Amino acid sequence: MPDLSALRYSATHEWVETIDGGVRIGITDFAQAQLGDVIFLELPEVGATLKAGERFGVVESVKAASDLFSPVGGRVAEVNGALGDAPEKVNADPYGAGWLMRLEDVDETGAELLDEAAYAALTEESAH
Amino acid sequence: MAQRTPLHDRHVALGARMVEFGGYEMPLQYSGIRDEHLAVRGRAGMFDISHMGEVRFGGAGAEASIQHLVANDASRLQAGQALYGVMCTPEGGVVDDVVVYRELHGAGFLVVVNAAVRHRDVAWMREHLAAETEFADLSDGTALIAVQGPAALDIVAPLCAADVRALRHFTCTGTRIAGIDTDTSVVSRTGYTGEDGVEIYIDAACAVELWDALLEAGAPQGLVPAGLGARDTLRLEAGLRLYGQDMDETVDPYSAGLGWTVKLAKGDFCGSDALRRIREQGPPRRTVGLRLEGRSIARHGHPVLDGGHRVGEVTSGSYSFTLGCGIATALVEPAAAERERLEVDIRGTSATAAVVPLPFYKRERS
Repeated sequence: MPDLSALRYSATHEWVETIDGGVRIGITDFAQAQLGDVIFLELPEVGATLKAGERFGVVESVKAASDLFSPVGGRVAEVNGALGDAPEKVNADPYGAGWLMRLEDVDETGAELLDEAAYAALTEESAH
Repeated sequence: MAQRTPLHDRHVALGARMVEFGGYEMPLQYSGIRDEHLAVRGRAGMFDISHMGEVRFGGAGAEASIQHLVANDASRLQAGQALYGVMCTPEGGVVDDVVVYRELHGAGFLVVVNAAVRHRDVAWMREHLAAETEFADLSDGTALIAVQGPAALDIVAPLCAADVRALRHFTCTGTRIAGIDTDTSVVSRTGYTGEDGVEIYIDAACAVELWDALLEAGAPQGLVPAGLGARDTLRLEAGLRLYGQDMDETVDPYSAGLGWTVKLAKGDFCGSDALRRIREQGPPRRTVGLRLEGRSIARHGHPVLDGGHRVGEVTSGSYSFTLGCGIATALVEPAAAERERLEVDIRGTSATAAVVPLPFYKRERS
């Protein structure tokens, strides 16, 4: 699991981890808990280009379907293929094995990212 | 503000995620819907369903009142026997679906109603009472705990003074349970999950004591607390209807697939003229089961299409943990019910679904 204080977060509950050559993106523990058991995910095609804030897929849980939004722009270099057979990894390990996609040629234009403390304050608010 | 059941603090202590349902703060899930669903199918789960309403009909007019209000025939019920039925408007729309028990002693009836429409039901019932009927809403003083699953009777029976294993499906008995000092506890062999099991009615004041005793007694057999999330996926697999979602006043019981509960031969009752007409002419819609192909989940309100033409809509839809695919019930035009396949418009994408008989899941009877 990455160091959560080194991640950046979106108000729509995705996280961004800066790695060599790009970023890795997933949904937060708060998001997976709100969604409940994830049944499957629709993720973008490798090679697709996303803008910050653009819808890039859908996560379908027992309760509802929710859109996924890319916290930063970039080119989709890889999606987490393991989630096809094991979508429950998103619930069990949202910051590790449950990652969703890796972007290269990252473009942060228009991105509104929060640090860990600001994101914690946001989820604190919505929990009440 | 939402009402709380007597078990509210227990749910919070168990780490449940609470949601508002039917005017109550209820547990949606504890460990997770999948875990809880599979526990009920494989072992046992325990549900707080104290939000359900209970009303009592007593006095010389009790049976006449029930027979007028409920489309099923309660006259044939023996003491302690129950039936499932619907109350209808004069136009034949469903006011609510209910379980009616003939009381163990005396000539009264107990009727279990849905929480979300309880106050409307109570007003409706009061308006339609026969003479000499005593009517009381017992909901706030009554707790209801369901224990469901193949191990349910193994867990509950040793706690009961009466032989609850001898209970037939849809019957109940009064019994002392877990040594709790009340003369009001009733164990009923009923449920809303498609599994064997019981529902236990008890004084609200004794609910916590019973909950704790059941959880402790059931732990060795894998009993877990289960929330409304699992209750919904379980009942959908079992082909059981949810009022307000699968039917309401705009849907007649024949369209809802509940024609088997309508007993026109018993004589006139509220809605009987309209229901007779609907049966003769054929209901305007049919309820079908849909099994989604591929990785799709249909939800309440999604349009159902036949060759691109809209023929109805999904009333309930979710994921079936038992079958490993999306399942749904839908109200469709009669001709569409005869198709082998229909499509569901899921957020603009058409998903193919096989039309299948209900229920989706039937337990193996030992």
